[in-house]
Amino acid sequence: MFPERWEYHVAEPINDLINWMLHTFQGLFDGISSTILTLLLFLNEVLTALPWWLYIVIVCVLAWVTTKSIITTIVLMTLPLVIGMFGLWELAVVTLSVILTAVIVSIVIGIPVGVLMAESNFIAGIVRPLLDLMQTMPSFVYLIPALMFFGLGRVPAVLATIIYSLPPVIRLTNLGLRQVSDDVQEAATSYGATRWQLLKEVRVPLAIPSILAGVNQTTMMALAMVVIASMIGGGGLGYEVLRSINRIDVGAGFEAGISVVILAVIIDRLTQGLAKRWEPPTV
Amino acid sequence: MSKTAEPKNAIEVTNLWKVFTSDARQIDFEDKQKLQELEDSDEDTVAVRDISFSVQKEEVFVVMGLSGSGKSTLIRCLLRLAEPSSGKININGWDVCNLDAEQLTEFRRKEAAMVFQHYGLLPHRNVLDNVAFGLKLQGIEKKERYERAMHWIERVGLTGFEHYYPAHLSGGMQQRVGIARALICNPPVLLMDEPFSGLDPLIRREMQDELVEIQDRVKTTIFFVTHDLDEGMRLGNRMAVMRKGRFVQVDTPDEILADPADEYVARFVQDKRTQIEKANKKKTTTSA
Repeated sequence: MFPERWEYHVAEPINDLINWMLHTFQGLFDGISSTILTLLLFLNEVLTALPWWLYIVIVCVLAWVTTKSIITTIVLMTLPLVIGMFGLWELAVVTLSVILTAVIVSIVIGIPVGVLMAESNFIAGIVRPLLDLMQTMPSFVYLIPALMFFGLGRVPAVLATIIYSLPPVIRLTNLGLRQVSDDVQEAATSYGATRWQLLKEVRVPLAIPSILAGVNQTTMMALAMVVIASMIGGGGLGYEVLRSINRIDVGAGFEAGISVVILAVIIDRLTQGLAKRWEPPTV
Repeated sequence: MSKTAEPKNAIEVTNLWKVFTSDARQIDFEDKQKLQELEDSDEDTVAVRDISFSVQKEEVFVVMGLSGSGKSTLIRCLLRLAEPSSGKININGWDVCNLDAEQLTEFRRKEAAMVFQHYGLLPHRNVLDNVAFGLKLQGIEKKERYERAMHWIERVGLTGFEHYYPAHLSGGMQQRVGIARALICNPPVLLMDEPFSGLDPLIRREMQDELVEIQDRVKTTIFFVTHDLDEGMRLGNRMAVMRKGRFVQVDTPDEILADPADEYVARFVQDKRTQIEKANKKKTTTSA
């Protein structure tokens, strides 16, 4: 056995720290909370107001524009009907609004952070371990403080989702910017491009396929979090899965689970198609 | 102000050194012993050694050397794409080594333009936008930008290809875009880093002829780097042979051919001389 007197616990100081933060930064947490809540409620309202058939039309148009394949378009527009058939349409819309909120916040934070990482090795050195931490830390661990800071409900669910889904967009923005060919950058520099112009005219446009791949990955990660997030009040399809688990209702769980997968497939195909359209032409 | 009175020469380089060091330490280039250590070191590479030369206005100055001779580094030093380790560079009165970031940007926009071996075109922009790129950086309005770009697209013979992307053009056509992009800024000095090396022999020949023709009309100073002796002889008013970071000989192409400064240059021009001798012999035998 490991000698008992060598034991040292950090649990107590961490609890104290969380309590201290809770009191000291109350205003900050309230601010974050209300911002996210506003965005979430707005999106939820818009998405709920849309009639079901409009979703099918939107998916159909986007699928055709991005993939130009009849089969893909037909498959993608039939899939949402399955969710409707299961009677899970409203819940799917709730899930969609939670994910959309998380993805929007992730993009707003992630792309600038990715750009900063690519511009400065120092920042990259600081951010990279943080990203590793965010991706490897079991999500239940930050569900608890999220609960304490923001209470029960959709806001902590969105925040937990953001923590989990933010890293890919940051990483792939950074990677995409760093992969822009030196030849092109050198040529642009030789014509008197400033650092900002180089970023705006050359590096970011050429990194867009990679950035969009990051957005795609971020969306997928966000979808993967819906069940876990429903434990602290995320609601939607995730809650349906959770309830089925509690009741050992395999069939209902399957229906809700398949609906999450369908959402994932549709969003994945559409965003991937979008990313392809942004690639510069090659031979 | 770093721009002084108009000098006689377009480019003046004095005692230029460029050393790629493993760390960013200062080197005292007066210290002969330190220099020797530098040469012997495996970690540091001396790319440009104590080079001095001047290029007159409207002259075509060719630097010829094999790969690894430091010629690409030398041309990059002129625009500070590679930071010179020591020495002075004066281009049309601009003290290039002592410009701050803002002045350097202005200098690159106004005084010199460069054509690259690998073209360096923007793959996400079409020909029109690529040619107009330098003007865009200067903040010139879209309408004027495109008008001037169309003019140069026509001059390099790419009319009808304005909306093509670089990936859809052949190497020769891409380099035409590169040349148009450089000349649109009316640069007093045109820097060319092996611009035709990646092209087929026939296309290369054609592009060389066109460059001579363009030079006759726009009368700009050209600093041309190549590894091809024939190309250097065809284009250059004067030619420098570069080896291991040094200029071995600087002279007119004819002088270099007739009177090579050392064995290295002699070996270089050997083939060319035999070729000419053979041709002469054949001419005399057939006429006889």
